[in-house]
Amino acid sequence: MLKVNDLVVRYGMIEAIKGISFEVDDGQIVTLIGANGAGKTTTMHTISGLLKPYSGEILLDDKDITKVPAHKIVELGIAQCPERRRIFASQSVEDNLLLGAYSRKDKEEIRKDLDGVYALFPHLKDRTTQLAGTLSGGEQQMLAMGRALMAKPRIMLLDEPSMGLSPLLVKEIFAIIKDINKQGVTILLVEQNARMALGIADKAYVIETGKIVMSGTGQELLESTDVRKAYLGG
Amino acid sequence: MTFLTYLISGLALGSVYAIIALGYTMVYGIAKMLNFAHGDIIMAGGYAAFYAYTRFGLPAGISILLSILTCTVLGVIIERLAYKPLRQASSLSVLITAIGVSYFLQNSAQLLFGSDTKIFPSILTEGSLRFFDGKLIVSYLTLITILTCIVIMIGLTLFINKTKIGKAMRACAEDKEAAQLMGINIDTTISITFAIGSGLAAIAAILLCSTYPSLSPSLGSMPGIKAFTAAVFGGIGSIPGALLGGILLGIIENLTKAYISTQLSDAIVFAVLIIVLLIKPTGLLGKKENVKV
Repeated sequence: MLKVNDLVVRYGMIEAIKGISFEVDDGQIVTLIGANGAGKTTTMHTISGLLKPYSGEILLDDKDITKVPAHKIVELGIAQCPERRRIFASQSVEDNLLLGAYSRKDKEEIRKDLDGVYALFPHLKDRTTQLAGTLSGGEQQMLAMGRALMAKPRIMLLDEPSMGLSPLLVKEIFAIIKDINKQGVTILLVEQNARMALGIADKAYVIETGKIVMSGTGQELLESTDVRKAYLGG
Repeated sequence: MTFLTYLISGLALGSVYAIIALGYTMVYGIAKMLNFAHGDIIMAGGYAAFYAYTRFGLPAGISILLSILTCTVLGVIIERLAYKPLRQASSLSVLITAIGVSYFLQNSAQLLFGSDTKIFPSILTEGSLRFFDGKLIVSYLTLITILTCIVIMIGLTLFINKTKIGKAMRACAEDKEAAQLMGINIDTTISITFAIGSGLAAIAAILLCSTYPSLSPSLGSMPGIKAFTAAVFGGIGSIPGALLGGILLGIIENLTKAYISTQLSDAIVFAVLIIVLLIKPTGLLGKKENVKV
């Protein structure tokens, strides 16, 4: 479904992504794990069109989308739930969710999906009119995920959903990610919490300083000695 | 009673500042730039109304609409040609460009309309209301000015908070990248912002030129700077701040002129600004940047 071929992304003279390739198949959960600064977020932003690659291609159903402007990417069925959530703090919970559906025209369907998001995140349902900036970190993460779902994506890019959350909340969030996937949304997950990510991933890639150094199923990487040493604390 | 007279005329002047300040504050909030050519849009609006009304003999309503249209189009064109190519540039480059655009507009006006001062016609209304046996006289123009400001404020607040485009604009003001992830087109949003700000500048132009009926190419500079001051005073980026800053500035200026010194009024106005910024650097209603991790 989504195929990244030999992608190179530069910030000025600095090469942040040095030619990576990976593939996300329909219905899968695929994860990119790696340390801070490895290029995970850069990869996500490039897929979302916020960054333009220096070379390489990003294929969605075999069509290159690297020339598509960022605000048109979501219409193609790719929604991103960005790192640090990036919710709109001065707007209400419900307005945040509706902004997620900004490019959709099907009003009745939007209403239905809103109910769907509230069913998935009952915490948000009690806070529809509350300003998003006043939510707790966990609630903000749920809001950011709900907002991405409101775009009715075929594939959801999730960037560090566990960041700054308590272990209990991380578990809850990961259970919800699995639920979302079961509802038919393909997931590309970027995480520093390698153990959690590998635990739910069908396929995983390890990215180090802009290069993919290893790949396999989530289970294979969990068992790999290299991965254990570098990312799972021995 | 004279105090009340000065207060009311200060309120009217402040209303004009507030309407102009909205243009500065909205553009700053969304495009994160100071559009120093905003004052000269006012000038363009004044000339547009003047030519439509006196030279082409169009009715007042049509002249006002033409003036608004001229400014809206001008604002959008300026943004597309001068500012959009600098979206990734440093804010200093954008600032210098804006000052350049300001001079360009003033010089173009000199070339097109001449540098002589023209008398602006009383396009809106004449006459006045008398209260307390004629001790307090309030002109219809003053009332119209204040009412216009109130209507614009209410309308704009509803637009920003209740409509889909308004919410998208607020999203852009808060986080442009996240807004794009929602499918919001930043370029379109910035264009709309310039269109609204410039349209409001035309309304301010007509109110201003009706109160001080002389038209010259540098007409917009001083009100522009004052309104910019008002926007910073109230907290740049904040719509209620623009209203509060504008009204306070107008009242302070008028009372200073009445009771302290006409020559010193501008100096005192700016001194107040400096004091406010020393105590509250974000302005009266400015938001502190709150980052939650």
